[in-house]
Amino acid sequence: MHLPDGFLTPAVWVPLWAIAAGALALSTWRVNRRLEDRHVPLLGVLAAFVFAVQMLNVPVAGGTSGHVVGGVLISVFVGPLAAFLVMGSILAVQALFFQDGGITTLGANMVNMGLIGTFLGYWLYRLVSDALRGGRGRLAGAGVAGWVTIVLASVACSLELAASGTSPLGVALPAMVGYHMVIGVVEAVVTAAVIGFVSGARPDLLELPKL
Amino acid sequence: MKLRWWMVGLAVCLLMAGVLSLFASPLPDGLERVAEDHGFAGKAEELFSSPLPDYSLPGPGGALSTSLAGVLGVVLVLLLTLLWARVLRKKK
Repeated sequence: MHLPDGFLTPAVWVPLWAIAAGALALSTWRVNRRLEDRHVPLLGVLAAFVFAVQMLNVPVAGGTSGHVVGGVLISVFVGPLAAFLVMGSILAVQALFFQDGGITTLGANMVNMGLIGTFLGYWLYRLVSDALRGGRGRLAGAGVAGWVTIVLASVACSLELAASGTSPLGVALPAMVGYHMVIGVVEAVVTAAVIGFVSGARPDLLELPKL
Repeated sequence: MKLRWWMVGLAVCLLMAGVLSLFASPLPDGLERVAEDHGFAGKAEELFSSPLPDYSLPGPGGALSTSLAGVLGVVLVLLLTLLWARVLRKKK
Protein backbone atom coordinates (compact mmCIF):
# COMPACT_ATOMS: atom_id res chain seq x y z
CA MET A 1 0.00 0.00 0.00
CA HIS A 2 2.75 2.41 -0.99
CA LEU A 3 1.06 5.76 -1.69
CA PRO A 4 2.41 7.35 -4.89
CA ASP A 5 2.90 11.09 -5.35
CA GLY A 6 -0.34 12.82 -6.25
CA PHE A 7 -2.68 10.82 -4.00
CA LEU A 8 -2.27 13.14 -1.00
CA THR A 9 -2.60 16.93 -0.84
CA PRO A 10 0.09 19.03 0.88
CA ALA A 11 -2.27 19.70 3.82
CA VAL A 12 -2.11 15.96 4.47
CA TRP A 13 1.38 14.90 3.42
CA VAL A 14 3.28 17.77 5.05
CA PRO A 15 2.11 16.98 8.61
CA LEU A 16 2.69 13.27 8.00
CA TRP A 17 6.22 14.01 6.79
CA ALA A 18 6.72 16.03 9.99
CA ILE A 19 5.53 13.10 12.13
CA ALA A 20 7.77 10.67 10.25
CA ALA A 21 10.79 13.00 10.52
CA GLY A 22 10.11 13.47 14.23
CA ALA A 23 9.90 9.71 14.75
CA LEU A 24 13.13 9.19 12.78
CA ALA A 25 14.88 11.82 14.92
CA LEU A 26 13.54 10.37 18.16
CA SER A 27 14.53 6.83 17.14
CA THR A 28 18.01 7.89 16.07
CA TRP A 29 18.53 9.77 19.33
CA ARG A 30 17.27 6.91 21.49
CA VAL A 31 19.12 4.18 19.57
CA ASN A 32 22.41 6.08 19.39
CA ARG A 33 25.18 4.51 21.49
CA ARG A 34 22.89 1.72 22.62
CA LEU A 35 23.27 -0.59 19.63
CA GLU A 36 25.62 -3.45 20.32
CA ASP A 37 28.04 -4.97 17.84
CA ARG A 38 25.83 -8.03 17.45
CA HIS A 39 22.84 -5.83 16.52
CA VAL A 40 24.61 -4.56 13.40
CA PRO A 41 24.57 -7.67 11.16
CA LEU A 42 21.08 -8.56 12.40
CA LEU A 43 19.74 -5.13 11.42
CA GLY A 44 21.35 -5.47 8.00
CA VAL A 45 19.88 -8.92 7.33
CA LEU A 46 16.43 -7.89 8.63
CA ALA A 47 16.45 -4.87 6.30
CA ALA A 48 17.51 -7.01 3.32
CA PHE A 49 14.95 -9.68 4.20
CA VAL A 50 12.03 -7.28 4.50
CA PHE A 51 12.96 -5.49 1.27
CA ALA A 52 13.11 -8.84 -0.53
CA VAL A 53 9.90 -10.21 0.98
CA GLN A 54 8.07 -7.02 -0.01
CA MET A 55 8.82 -7.88 -3.66
CA LEU A 56 6.92 -11.14 -3.33
CA ASN A 57 3.32 -10.25 -4.03
CA VAL A 58 0.90 -13.13 -3.60
CA PRO A 59 -2.60 -13.17 -5.07
CA VAL A 60 -5.20 -12.65 -2.35
CA ALA A 61 -8.73 -12.12 -3.59
CA GLY A 62 -10.61 -10.73 -6.55
CA GLY A 63 -7.70 -9.99 -8.86
CA THR A 64 -5.67 -8.33 -6.13
CA SER A 65 -2.29 -9.12 -4.66
CA GLY A 66 -0.56 -8.23 -1.44
CA HIS A 67 2.83 -8.52 0.15
CA VAL A 68 4.26 -8.73 3.63
CA VAL A 69 5.18 -5.35 5.13
CA GLY A 70 7.41 -6.62 7.93
CA GLY A 71 7.34 -3.92 10.61
CA VAL A 72 6.25 -6.29 13.35
CA LEU A 73 8.81 -8.89 12.29
CA ILE A 74 11.71 -6.45 12.65
CA SER A 75 10.47 -5.01 15.94
CA VAL A 76 10.19 -8.45 17.53
CA PHE A 77 13.93 -8.89 16.91
CA VAL A 78 15.29 -5.43 17.73
CA GLY A 79 12.52 -3.37 19.34
CA PRO A 80 10.37 -0.58 17.89
CA LEU A 81 12.86 2.30 17.63
CA ALA A 82 15.58 0.40 15.77
CA ALA A 83 12.85 -1.30 13.71
CA PHE A 84 11.41 2.05 12.64
CA LEU A 85 14.84 3.13 11.39
CA VAL A 86 15.04 -0.09 9.34
CA MET A 87 11.55 0.44 7.87
CA GLY A 88 12.45 4.06 7.08
CA SER A 89 15.58 2.90 5.26
CA ILE A 90 13.63 0.36 3.19
CA LEU A 91 10.83 2.79 2.29
CA ALA A 92 13.37 5.49 1.34
CA VAL A 93 15.26 3.12 -0.99
CA GLN A 94 11.98 1.94 -2.53
CA ALA A 95 10.83 5.50 -3.22
CA LEU A 96 14.17 6.87 -4.43
CA PHE A 97 15.37 3.96 -6.55
CA PHE A 98 12.30 1.92 -7.48
CA GLN A 99 9.43 4.42 -7.79
CA ASP A 100 7.58 2.34 -5.20
CA GLY A 101 5.85 5.03 -3.15
CA GLY A 102 6.20 8.75 -3.75
CA ILE A 103 8.56 11.34 -2.31
CA THR A 104 5.87 13.69 -1.00
CA THR A 105 4.05 10.64 0.36
CA LEU A 106 7.15 9.01 1.86
CA GLY A 107 6.28 10.46 5.26
CA ALA A 108 2.76 9.04 5.04
CA ASN A 109 4.13 5.66 3.99
CA MET A 110 6.60 5.73 6.91
CA VAL A 111 3.70 6.43 9.26
CA ASN A 112 1.34 3.82 7.77
CA MET A 113 3.77 0.97 7.21
CA GLY A 114 6.57 2.02 9.55
CA LEU A 115 5.24 3.64 12.71
CA ILE A 116 2.08 1.56 12.94
CA GLY A 117 3.94 -1.69 12.29
CA THR A 118 6.87 -1.02 14.62
CA PHE A 119 5.65 1.19 17.50
CA LEU A 120 2.07 0.00 17.74
CA GLY A 121 2.95 -3.46 16.44
CA TYR A 122 5.62 -4.04 19.05
CA TRP A 123 3.30 -2.87 21.84
CA LEU A 124 0.58 -5.25 20.64
CA TYR A 125 3.08 -8.08 20.29
CA ARG A 126 4.26 -7.58 23.86
CA LEU A 127 0.71 -7.31 25.16
CA VAL A 128 -0.31 -10.65 23.64
CA SER A 129 2.96 -12.53 24.12
CA ASP A 130 3.27 -11.48 27.77
CA ALA A 131 -0.31 -12.54 28.44
CA LEU A 132 0.16 -15.99 26.91
CA ARG A 133 3.88 -16.45 27.70
CA GLY A 134 6.35 -18.87 26.16
CA GLY A 135 7.05 -19.76 22.56
CA ARG A 136 3.39 -19.97 21.66
CA GLY A 137 2.76 -16.57 23.18
CA ARG A 138 5.50 -15.13 21.02
CA LEU A 139 4.04 -16.63 17.84
CA ALA A 140 0.49 -15.59 18.74
CA GLY A 141 1.65 -12.09 19.64
CA ALA A 142 3.52 -11.75 16.35
CA GLY A 143 0.54 -13.02 14.37
CA VAL A 144 -2.01 -10.80 16.08
CA ALA A 145 0.23 -7.73 15.83
CA GLY A 146 0.94 -8.49 12.15
CA TRP A 147 -2.73 -8.75 11.21
CA VAL A 148 -3.91 -5.77 13.26
CA THR A 149 -1.16 -3.43 12.04
CA ILE A 150 -1.82 -4.23 8.38
CA VAL A 151 -5.53 -3.52 8.82
CA LEU A 152 -4.80 -0.33 10.79
CA ALA A 153 -2.31 0.78 8.13
CA SER A 154 -5.08 0.42 5.53
CA VAL A 155 -7.41 2.45 7.79
CA ALA A 156 -4.77 5.19 8.09
CA CYS A 157 -4.24 5.11 4.33
CA SER A 158 -8.01 5.50 3.74
CA LEU A 159 -8.24 8.42 6.16
CA GLU A 160 -5.35 10.15 4.36
CA LEU A 161 -6.98 9.59 0.96
CA ALA A 162 -10.29 10.94 2.27
CA ALA A 163 -8.68 13.96 3.94
CA SER A 164 -6.98 14.71 0.60
CA GLY A 165 -10.27 14.53 -1.27
CA THR A 166 -8.86 11.68 -3.37
CA SER A 167 -11.53 9.16 -2.41
CA PRO A 168 -14.46 9.56 0.00
CA LEU A 169 -14.04 7.67 3.26
CA GLY A 170 -17.24 5.70 2.63
CA VAL A 171 -15.64 4.34 -0.55
CA ALA A 172 -11.97 4.02 0.40
CA LEU A 173 -12.35 2.62 3.91
CA PRO A 174 -14.44 -0.50 3.29
CA ALA A 175 -12.52 -1.33 0.11
CA MET A 176 -9.06 -0.87 1.64
CA VAL A 177 -9.90 -2.62 4.89
CA GLY A 178 -11.59 -5.48 3.04
CA TYR A 179 -8.51 -6.33 0.97
CA HIS A 180 -6.13 -5.77 3.88
CA MET A 181 -8.04 -8.06 6.22
CA VAL A 182 -6.95 -10.81 3.81
CA ILE A 183 -3.45 -9.44 3.21
CA GLY A 184 -3.08 -9.20 7.00
CA VAL A 185 -3.44 -12.97 7.24
CA VAL A 186 -0.40 -13.34 4.96
CA GLU A 187 1.48 -10.89 7.20
CA ALA A 188 0.49 -12.80 10.34
CA VAL A 189 1.44 -16.22 8.96
CA VAL A 190 4.79 -15.12 7.50
CA THR A 191 5.76 -13.10 10.59
CA ALA A 192 4.98 -15.99 12.94
CA ALA A 193 6.65 -18.53 10.63
CA VAL A 194 9.92 -16.59 10.41
CA ILE A 195 10.01 -16.03 14.17
CA GLY A 196 9.16 -19.70 14.77
CA PHE A 197 11.95 -20.78 12.44
CA VAL A 198 14.56 -18.49 13.99
CA SER A 199 13.56 -19.42 17.55
CA GLY A 200 14.28 -23.03 16.59
CA ALA A 201 17.46 -22.47 14.60
CA ARG A 202 19.10 -19.51 16.36
CA PRO A 203 17.12 -18.54 19.49
CA ASP A 204 19.91 -16.16 20.57
CA LEU A 205 19.03 -13.82 17.70
CA LEU A 206 15.67 -13.19 19.35
CA GLU A 207 17.22 -12.41 22.72
CA LEU A 208 19.14 -9.25 21.86
CA PRO A 209 18.31 -6.06 23.83
CA LYS A 210 15.24 -4.35 22.38
CA LEU A 211 15.66 -0.72 21.45
CA MET B 1 35.30 -20.10 5.71
CA LYS B 2 32.94 -20.86 8.57
CA LEU B 3 29.28 -20.72 7.65
CA ARG B 4 27.66 -17.99 9.71
CA TRP B 5 23.98 -17.29 10.27
CA TRP B 6 24.06 -13.99 8.43
CA MET B 7 25.50 -15.65 5.32
CA VAL B 8 22.53 -18.02 5.25
CA GLY B 9 20.21 -15.07 5.91
CA LEU B 10 21.65 -13.03 3.06
CA ALA B 11 21.53 -16.02 0.71
CA VAL B 12 17.81 -16.36 1.47
CA CYS B 13 17.32 -12.62 0.80
CA LEU B 14 19.14 -12.81 -2.54
CA LEU B 15 17.17 -15.90 -3.51
CA MET B 16 13.89 -14.14 -2.75
CA ALA B 17 14.78 -10.87 -4.48
CA GLY B 18 16.62 -12.43 -7.40
CA VAL B 19 14.65 -15.61 -8.14
CA LEU B 20 11.35 -15.86 -6.26
CA SER B 21 10.53 -12.28 -7.29
CA LEU B 22 10.12 -13.59 -10.86
CA PHE B 23 7.11 -15.56 -9.65
CA ALA B 24 5.53 -12.69 -7.70
CA SER B 25 1.94 -11.89 -8.58
CA PRO B 26 1.70 -9.08 -11.14
CA LEU B 27 -1.83 -8.25 -9.95
CA PRO B 28 -2.42 -4.76 -8.49
CA ASP B 29 -1.97 -4.55 -4.72
CA GLY B 30 -4.78 -3.52 -2.35
CA LEU B 31 -4.30 0.23 -2.77
CA GLU B 32 -3.74 0.04 -6.56
CA ARG B 33 -6.85 -2.08 -6.88
CA VAL B 34 -9.01 0.35 -4.89
CA ALA B 35 -7.58 3.25 -6.89
CA GLU B 36 -8.48 1.53 -10.18
CA ASP B 37 -11.94 0.45 -9.04
CA HIS B 38 -12.84 3.88 -7.72
CA GLY B 39 -11.30 6.00 -10.42
CA PHE B 40 -8.42 7.75 -8.70
CA ALA B 41 -5.51 5.71 -10.08
CA GLY B 42 -4.96 8.55 -12.58
CA LYS B 43 -4.09 10.95 -9.78
CA ALA B 44 -0.71 9.27 -9.33
CA GLU B 45 2.12 11.50 -10.50
CA GLU B 46 5.80 10.97 -11.08
CA LEU B 47 7.68 13.88 -9.58
CA PHE B 48 11.00 12.50 -10.74
CA SER B 49 12.33 9.44 -12.54
CA SER B 50 13.63 6.67 -10.33
CA PRO B 51 16.55 4.78 -11.84
CA LEU B 52 14.79 1.40 -11.52
CA PRO B 53 11.02 2.02 -11.77
CA ASP B 54 8.83 -0.99 -10.90
CA TYR B 55 11.82 -3.08 -9.89
CA SER B 56 13.34 -3.39 -13.34
CA LEU B 57 16.53 -2.16 -14.95
CA PRO B 58 16.36 0.30 -17.83
CA GLY B 59 16.45 -1.44 -21.19
CA PRO B 60 14.60 -4.42 -22.56
CA GLY B 61 13.17 -5.57 -19.23
CA GLY B 62 12.33 -9.21 -18.69
CA ALA B 63 13.35 -11.70 -16.04
CA LEU B 64 17.02 -10.78 -15.83
CA SER B 65 16.11 -7.13 -15.35
CA THR B 66 13.80 -7.92 -12.42
CA SER B 67 16.34 -10.29 -10.90
CA LEU B 68 19.16 -7.77 -11.04
CA ALA B 69 16.96 -4.95 -9.73
CA GLY B 70 15.95 -7.13 -6.78
CA VAL B 71 19.53 -8.06 -5.99
CA LEU B 72 20.61 -4.43 -6.32
CA GLY B 73 17.82 -3.38 -3.95
CA VAL B 74 18.87 -5.93 -1.35
CA VAL B 75 22.45 -4.67 -1.53
CA LEU B 76 21.38 -1.00 -1.29
CA VAL B 77 19.11 -1.57 1.72
CA LEU B 78 21.75 -3.72 3.39
CA LEU B 79 24.50 -1.13 2.93
CA LEU B 80 22.33 1.79 4.05
CA THR B 81 21.27 -0.07 7.20
CA LEU B 82 24.78 -1.26 8.04
CA LEU B 83 26.01 2.31 7.58
CA TRP B 84 23.70 3.91 10.15
CA ALA B 85 23.88 0.90 12.46
CA ARG B 86 27.67 1.23 12.63
CA VAL B 87 27.42 4.97 13.22
CA LEU B 88 24.90 4.51 16.06
CA ARG B 89 26.80 1.64 17.68
CA LYS B 90 28.04 1.85 21.28
CA LYS B 91 31.49 3.35 21.28
CA LYS B 92 34.12 1.42 23.14
